[in-house]
Formats: sequence, C-alpha cells, structure tokens
Amino acid sequence: MSQVSRWVWLPVLVILLTGCASPTLYTWGHYEDLIYASYAAPGSVSPEMQVGKLEEDYQKARAANKRMPPGFHAHLGYLYFQLGKSDQARQEFETEKAEFPESAVFMDRLLANLNRP
Amino acid sequence: MNARVLIHTTGGMVVALLLAGCATKPYDYTNYRAHPPRSILVLPPLNESTDMKGTYGYLSTVTRPIAELGYYVFPVAVIDQFLKENGMPTAGEMHQVPLNKVAEIIGADAVLFVTLQQYGTKYQVINSATIVRVRARLVDTRTGILLWEGEGMGQQNSGGTGNILGDLIAAAITQAINSGTDAAHGVCPMANYSLFYTKDHGLLYGPYSPEYGKEK
Repeated sequence: MSQVSRWVWLPVLVILLTGCASPTLYTWGHYEDLIYASYAAPGSVSPEMQVGKLEEDYQKARAANKRMPPGFHAHLGYLYFQLGKSDQARQEFETEKAEFPESAVFMDRLLANLNRP
Repeated sequence: MNARVLIHTTGGMVVALLLAGCATKPYDYTNYRAHPPRSILVLPPLNESTDMKGTYGYLSTVTRPIAELGYYVFPVAVIDQFLKENGMPTAGEMHQVPLNKVAEIIGADAVLFVTLQQYGTKYQVINSATIVRVRARLVDTRTGILLWEGEGMGQQNSGGTGNILGDLIAAAITQAINSGTDAAHGVCPMANYSLFYTKDHGLLYGPYSPEYGKEK
C-alpha cells in the first residue's frame, strides 16, 4: 500500500519540484525513454514506433510553442534513415542544424552519408 | 554510524551536497572559463560495476541534465552508433578516441568521459539500496586540457526509512518511475544531479542558459 501511494504521488512531486523551481529549456517527451528502451529491450521498440512517438512529441511541443532538446531531430533523422526514408532523414538533420548550429559538422557528415549511393 | 543513519534518512544526494559543500574547496574553474564549450559529446560510460546494463542504463539519462544547463549535447545514441560503425565497438575503445578527430569529424568542443563506479542494487536484511556512483572528466577537444572533473552519487532505499517526506522527496528527485529489473537506471538522475548541479563543484551554465556567464 505504501509502495503504491508512493508511486502515485511521485509524478505530482516531480512536477512540483521541477515545474516550480525553474522552467526547463526544452520539452523532453519520450526522447530519453526511447533511447533507454531501444538498448534495454530492443525488440519492444521498433524504429516505426519510435518515430511515431517522437513525431507526436514534436507536434505537441510545436502546438505549445516549446523547443525540442538538442539531439532530438538528429535522433529522429537517424531513425528515418534506418527505415530507409532518406528524405525525412535529410529534413531532420537539416532541422537539427538550423536549431543548433553546434551540430553542423556532424550533421553535414550524416547528410553526406545519406547522399552516398 | 552517524553517517550511515544520515544516508538512510536523507539519501545520497544530500550527503554528497554536504560533503561537497563543507569538506572540500570550490572547484577551480580557471581552465573551464578559459575554454568555455558550447557543445559536449558524451561518450557511453566506462562501466566498472558488475551490471552490464549500466552503460546504456546511464547513457540514456545524461543528455537532459547537461542540455538543461545550456549546452548542446550530441545525440548520444546516434554518436554511439556512429562510433561503432567507425571501428569502436565498445565504450573502452570509444574512450581512446583521439580528441582532434572528435573536433574534426564531429565538431564537439568538449568530450565528457564518464565512468560508472557503482550501478546496481544491494539487498540487505530488510532494506535494499540501489546505488549509482559516477565520476566524470570534461576535456577540451582542441587543446586536450581538462576543463572539469567531478563525482556524483545517487541512492534509493526501499523498505522505507520512517521519514516519509524524505522518502518522497528522494524518490521524486530520482524520478524512478520505472523500477523493475533495472532500478539503478531510475537512480541515475539523482547521481547526475549531484555530479552536475552541486554548487561550486558541478558544471557551469552553458550558452543556451539564461544564467550563462552570470556565475562569479
């Protein structure tokens, strides 16, 4: 019982602690959870499913005018690449680069790899 | 004895803060300030624990605390895959990567080398303690200079300590929503908090933070 109530209250406390103290810079959605899942139980999260979740996160963030974290679009692009969807992959790598110019060298490298036959 | 009681009632993070805050001098940020990075490449950690799940259980928790401090953090899973495809199949090999290559090929200003010293759950008679201990070094890719190093620890006890509020706060900070088989994964945020956010010992704010450059 005490175990159960602890887990019930946990999200509330997390929101209180993180929400009030200072606003976060980014909307995190499922980004890190999916990375964890893809290593811990690769069979449980197909690239298709991951793309679906991340696109959903992105739409929600856009509607709320929030920013996605660094690496998000690069990661999403990489998933599209795994699915053979080069156009979407390219678009995500370009978005990462536009959002975070620090990623330009790496994104250009991934873009160059995409263009390779 | 007293220390043990303290750990049980307040959690490792608070102890880490106390230890860091009182016992040791503030970190010397001279090199860090001389070469302030905009972007940080976090490599999969070296795992000194006995739990194989540690490497990726930890890696998937490290982006958020560093990005929220204001740095560009390279996509950890994409980087992992990229390095694997370029002849570095393990974290051990990745940690040997030449820094000038990281600057040239990936464009990272700094690399964070993390070592997991402890990752897992110890079962005691009544309680169990899940502990994550990490140490990390931030190195400038262009000069090879050590910018920062630190240690962090997170601990979560099950079985309860009797201090309900303390339990709840500790649990909330860990965000250990998914315990299950890899409880240590849920404790990583707490370890990261003490590693990166401890005053005078953690990372400085990065360029995307509104606090950037305001620290003394």
